Amino acid sequence: MTNKPSKLTPEELFEREFLPARSKILELAATLDRLDRAGASDERNGGSNESRRALIEQALKLLLEPHDNRAERIQQLFSREYDAGWYDAWLATGVDKRKGR
Amino acid sequence: MDFFDPHIHMISRTTDDYATLARMGCVALSEPAFWAGYDRGTVDGFRDYFHQLTSFEPNRAAGYGIKHYSWLCINAKEAENVELSREVLAMIPEFLDKPSVLGIGEIGLNRNTKNEAIVFIEHVDLAARYEELILIHTPHLQDKYQGTRMILDMLDKDSRINTEDVLVDHVEEHTVRPVLESGYWAGMTLYPTTKCTPERAADIVELYGPERLLVNSAGDWGPSKPTAVPDFIFEMRQRGHSEEMIRQVVFDNPLEFFSRSKRFELPNRLANPE
Repeated sequence: MTNKPSKLTPEELFEREFLPARSKILELAATLDRLDRAGASDERNGGSNESRRALIEQALKLLLEPHDNRAERIQQLFSREYDAGWYDAWLATGVDKRKGR
Repeated sequence: MDFFDPHIHMISRTTDDYATLARMGCVALSEPAFWAGYDRGTVDGFRDYFHQLTSFEPNRAAGYGIKHYSWLCINAKEAENVELSREVLAMIPEFLDKPSVLGIGEIGLNRNTKNEAIVFIEHVDLAARYEELILIHTPHLQDKYQGTRMILDMLDKDSRINTEDVLVDHVEEHTVRPVLESGYWAGMTLYPTTKCTPERAADIVELYGPERLLVNSAGDWGPSKPTAVPDFIFEMRQRGHSEEMIRQVVFDNPLEFFSRSKRFELPNRLANPE
């Protein structure tokens, strides 16, 4: 994989990124406080809030793991699974007449 | 720096945005056919829309010295209606001789349903039969990875498709690698909340290099910025990257991809630089 790193020194990069990172963490903290005050992550709404809150917490744990592809891992965490066998299973059966025309 | 915006829906933007784009260095943009915000009911609705894309918008852009190109399709959101989709597919060739049309797009998947996949395959067949470029929309959010892999599967199954004639758009951290490894062009969309940011796009260029990567604003009727590509340019400069590398992503790559269309004409400012 080609790597074209930034021309900033590590010190310059950290100086540049520290305050924005602090700001984003604070936004997340305030969001979680807001959700908790509203009881928004409990078992109401059929449990979908609870499962999505669990996803958020899993994502937060991923942030602390020592990988260099946290963004990609978090994207995968929030993604539907891909089934390599979908094509043969689906297209043999033609148009889905329950939807559309 | 002169730049292309390869994916922006100017039909939903006011003329103020053309004025801003012109002042920021946009020499040309391309506008894929998209969802209007509601499901259109008839093939004539699409015929009128294609007329607007291929006649009115190029004139509006020309008033600001910007070259406007377009793409034609029925988008993935409306592809659940397979009967209407097939009527639109049959009508598209009426517009394929328009000088500003680059190809078929933005086709793709939305919720990754069977009907969407069937209509996608039929669009790919149309593009192959008429030897057209393809611009692809990959789904949003939790559907993106699954949908992108499904799209790559369907493209791989059609041996008539040349990977250099396909731009897979809206790639993010978890989809850019399979798209690039498959040999396609990859577009990063700088759109708030649901897609990428200039900073993350700059990260992706740093990780994968500038080859076959493009950036766009996908400006539409939602919260979006027509200045997204200049924002990316600014971020790359802040990181100390060369003008040559930045220019490759925002100018050379789009120009190279668009030039593969048999109807492509250079923007006036590039064709007549004196």
